[in-house]
Amino acid sequence: MSALLTLDLTVNGRRRRVRVPAMKRLLDVLREECGLTGTKEGCGEGECGACTVLMDGEPVNSCLVPAVQAAGARVVTVEGLARGPALSVLQRAFVERGGTQCGICTPGILVTAHALLGRARGRVPGDDEVREALAGNLCRCTGYQKIIDAVQAAAVAQRRPARARARNAPRGSAKNTARASARNAAHSIATNAPSAGAKLPARRTARATPKPARRRRRPAR
Amino acid sequence: MRAALSTLDVARPRDLDHALALLHASLGDGRLVPMAGGTDLFVTLNSGVVPGPRFLDLWGLRELRGIRQLGDRLVLGALTTFTDLRIHPLVRRRYPALAAAAAEVGAWQIQNRGTLGGNIANASPAGDSLPVLLALEAVVHARSVRGAREVPFTALFRGYRDLALEPDELIAAVGLPAPPARAKQFFRKVGTRRAQSISKVVFAGLLRLGRDGRVDLARIALGSVAPVTLRAGRAERALLGARPSARTAAAARAALLEDIAPIDDIRSDRDYRRAVAGNVLEQFLRVVEPRFARP
Repeated sequence: MSALLTLDLTVNGRRRRVRVPAMKRLLDVLREECGLTGTKEGCGEGECGACTVLMDGEPVNSCLVPAVQAAGARVVTVEGLARGPALSVLQRAFVERGGTQCGICTPGILVTAHALLGRARGRVPGDDEVREALAGNLCRCTGYQKIIDAVQAAAVAQRRPARARARNAPRGSAKNTARASARNAAHSIATNAPSAGAKLPARRTARATPKPARRRRRPAR
Repeated sequence: MRAALSTLDVARPRDLDHALALLHASLGDGRLVPMAGGTDLFVTLNSGVVPGPRFLDLWGLRELRGIRQLGDRLVLGALTTFTDLRIHPLVRRRYPALAAAAAEVGAWQIQNRGTLGGNIANASPAGDSLPVLLALEAVVHARSVRGAREVPFTALFRGYRDLALEPDELIAAVGLPAPPARAKQFFRKVGTRRAQSISKVVFAGLLRLGRDGRVDLARIALGSVAPVTLRAGRAERALLGARPSARTAAAARAALLEDIAPIDDIRSDRDYRRAVAGNVLEQFLRVVEPRFARP
């Protein structure tokens, strides 16, 4: 009885046309029709923010948006933040500062923080401003401080002129990034393992991590 | 429960008149459930409760959007979001209590989707914007196939989640009369955390002192302390004509406890709400007029 809806929308800059039930949640349209599983479902009631995406530039809970209301919208998911294989400045800051632990909240937090940095236009947002912007994104691992540090570090990095960034790049920052990402990956694996690190000493997990030294190409500016 | 969503039907009206006609026509046969930003509706749907088989999507109706001055009234379209209220210069300047309430609804994501009309239609006694609208003596602009009419906020809430609107009426806009000159506005929401919580007590107040130093305007409205959002008439009368002092504040507080009838529920209990409502009233008085703190 319920007719399917032909839904045209733009997701991460790409035009999509999907046939979906009108009340299907945008979250499910993105995950199931578009194959973009970066966006997570946490609570399903607009509390936790794990499903946050940008709709026409503004963060929304995609678990509360019916497909019918996303018609014609420009949607950005966490997959749309990175360009190609390179991480965005914000994503790299999360890796460097330990802003990610188990990772389930991270896509939503990155999307909200991305919108905050866009709104700040080169200004480094203060602690309270970051905390308020991220008030709708719950994290049960980090205690938030490292997330806030990462957002502010990204704001500083984005403000630095591109030339200065290029000059600074060879001085081991890529190596630090790789090291930090190895550390965090090891941590994620340790905490996510069924035995949660009980039988897996930290040293061994570190070694078990895929070799991190693979350099990521720095994003072209 | 998710599967249920795929069976739900949505009517997509061309314009407001079309929406009103569809809503009216649906009365005999499973009333269409009006849907604005969906922030309350989808919480219900995601929990497996379906309020009706068919929905009326209002989100695209331009007649329900926008904020405009009409005489001395500021008219807020029903689809005005809390983000719109937070950033609109006229709202911020003339109705700071409303801008403050909008800033405390949910978090950023909810403020971008939640609407003023939805907050009213949902009619929760904990609705964050409702005490402010009541204290500002807002007027609901209702529309139906029979035409337009205005319902004053003071007559809007008949009982728990029961609005004085007909089943085929839609909230088209909210009209705010010019704020009383020189009156100070105040808003306070008390919840488990600063963002994203449903209130334990939500409070809005307006107060003004006359030339003789006595209170000549007092409007106090509260949510989450009774089956409906209410004006605290006894507390207001305890203030009117009185000089600001700690004794006046204490009298208003005692009167307030006669106005409210909070219950024990999942978010708080009766005694806590009574204590907090009294504290917030005294805070309001002290903030807008320091002499309320003096003996």
